[in-house]
Amino acid sequence: MRRLAAPVLVAALATASLPAAAQQLQALPVTPQTWSFDGATGRFDYASVQRGYAVYSQVCASCHSLRQMTYGDLSALGLDADQVHDIAAGQPVPAGTDATGNVVLRAATPADHLRLPYPNDAAARAANAGALPPDQSRLATTIQGGPTFIQAYLTGFRDTPATVTLGAGMHYNDYVPGNAIAMPDVLHDAHVKYTDGTRATPAQMAHDVTSFLSWVAQPHLEERRRLGVRVLVYLTLLLGLVVVVKRRTWAGVRS
Amino acid sequence: MAGPVQDDRPSGAASDLPASDLAASDLPQGYGSFSRWLDRRLPVVSGFRREYVVYPTPRNLNYLWNFGALATVALATLILTGIFLAINYTPTAAGAFASVEAIDRQVSSGWVIRSMHMAGVSMFFIALYVHTFRSLYYGSYKAPREVLWLTGVLLLVLVMITAFAGYVLPWGQMSYWGANVVSNAVASIPGIGHPLAIWLQGGETIGDAALHRYYALHFVLGFLILGAVVLHVAALHVTGSGNPLGIEVKGPQDTLPFHPYYTSKDAIGVVLFLIAFAILVFYLPDWLTQPDNYVEANPYSTPSDITSEWYFAPFYAVLRAVPSKFGGLLLSAGSVLVLFAVPWLDTSPVHSARFRPLFRPAMVLLVLAFLVLLACGMHRPAGIWLALARIATLYWFLHFLVLLPLLGSIETPLKLPDSIGRPVLPPRPAPAGAGLAMPRGAVSQPLEKN
Repeated sequence: MRRLAAPVLVAALATASLPAAAQQLQALPVTPQTWSFDGATGRFDYASVQRGYAVYSQVCASCHSLRQMTYGDLSALGLDADQVHDIAAGQPVPAGTDATGNVVLRAATPADHLRLPYPNDAAARAANAGALPPDQSRLATTIQGGPTFIQAYLTGFRDTPATVTLGAGMHYNDYVPGNAIAMPDVLHDAHVKYTDGTRATPAQMAHDVTSFLSWVAQPHLEERRRLGVRVLVYLTLLLGLVVVVKRRTWAGVRS
Repeated sequence: MAGPVQDDRPSGAASDLPASDLAASDLPQGYGSFSRWLDRRLPVVSGFRREYVVYPTPRNLNYLWNFGALATVALATLILTGIFLAINYTPTAAGAFASVEAIDRQVSSGWVIRSMHMAGVSMFFIALYVHTFRSLYYGSYKAPREVLWLTGVLLLVLVMITAFAGYVLPWGQMSYWGANVVSNAVASIPGIGHPLAIWLQGGETIGDAALHRYYALHFVLGFLILGAVVLHVAALHVTGSGNPLGIEVKGPQDTLPFHPYYTSKDAIGVVLFLIAFAILVFYLPDWLTQPDNYVEANPYSTPSDITSEWYFAPFYAVLRAVPSKFGGLLLSAGSVLVLFAVPWLDTSPVHSARFRPLFRPAMVLLVLAFLVLLACGMHRPAGIWLALARIATLYWFLHFLVLLPLLGSIETPLKLPDSIGRPVLPPRPAPAGAGLAMPRGAVSQPLEKN
């Protein structure tokens, strides 16, 4: 039932009109891929999710918001209170105005929502060839193709073929409809510093940030499945009991 | 600290109450002095005992008779979780989406409460639809249960309105555009439609005013439904339950006390229902929902296809199967409202489809038409889906408006059994616990008299 999302989102990404008439371009099919969090017993690879946060905060966050998350939510990634506090403290967020009406900034706290890259949508569009970079809070759930599409898309940027003319401010990508999108290729080798020694290749960064966005879209995935097992075990035992009670009760009644 | 508690002795020691006003307690041996004291002042103990313990119930109810209790369980879950959601929700266009996200992310246990509320709606509708089709199949709407049926259809309509209002609240893309579809449908009423839509939603566009109204409507209707359930159960306890044979209870040998026979049978249904519910909540939370609703409402971006939730899909399919907007509204609303007339459309005196050789296949087709419409409502109205939706819509109305009145006169029913307790075999001793009279409203039908 995730039919509608992608056309809407991708259309939003690629609003700047293309000279589409001349082009006979098609998005390539995305190669299916399995994720550690797939299936009923899947789990997040938190090392990858944490590296993904590094990619998000150093690369994606300059254009894309994660407006539904607070810094405190990051503690569920395995960060301790001090680390979360330090991350928040490094982010200046608006704190009202001073006596003369100028906007004042203060250091964020864990209770604050993640800082927005642009003050408003108009500013975001103006900086991105007219396209609004979508908020990423639920992107992994709402985009057609899910996490697998996101990873393919992030590694799908190519030099524009000589036969193709793209609109101003557009970039060539194998996997989007029309092959043109306002977002540029952003993952370059060693662009992000990983603290755990993992080599930050574009493919690795794409994988990690996709893991991160999948976690962001469903932060309670593992807790939900763990609680589900307990509830189902309890209900199954209860079912056994009520079946015995019902049989004993009805034993004397001929149906 | 304890006040002077009146100890009620059987000799009538309640000197502060006039003895003539005190009905002799119905309570048999085994109830304590507090129960007797309370029951003389407010007969809740004997009332509960009469309606839920010794309440005589036909002995042949199958598991399809569980679904009323299951719907009640779902309703209770929805009301309880709904109260917790309400205290964290912001009913404004600017704040609604973020408040729902905050419930899911930052509010303690909010994600599980919200997931239960979302899955609970699906469970509620599953129970209601099975319950309704069971009543149609076994003729549970026939005399003397017409009012029971009417309160049930009223409940179904109330639940639909409530579910629609609730779906607008998260203020996602499908919330907004779904509300838009309904608003346009209302506006299609000739003459008064447009002003009516504006009046209902409080402005030209669906914004803060509409969202406030949907929120208030959703919250109030939840409790109104609870009240309608009380009416429904009260009506049920006047006539007593129908049963798969569709013949009335003739005597004590046909019944069993509700407790422990049907409490234990309902318990199995309830636990199975909760297992399905838990699988939906914990393992398939996105299976029956539209992912687009996690994109905040945007009045400037129309989704390529506005899809309804599965439980509205049959009626959405009818809406879109008709080329005219107003015609679609009429047929879509009519496909539910026609249910109110069913007791008077059906001319056959035989209740259960088991004994109606023509009605039975027609009833199977009706369920099939419903399922086809459900599938059609999840797809764009084009090609095969549009054709199927039109055929199924046609059958839906054909069944109620033509077949139900017609079959009664052309059908030869099979021979009805003599009684529930003795369908074929000779008399035998009644089981322990049997032997209670049915409520006064439950009377034998003339046709069934030997």
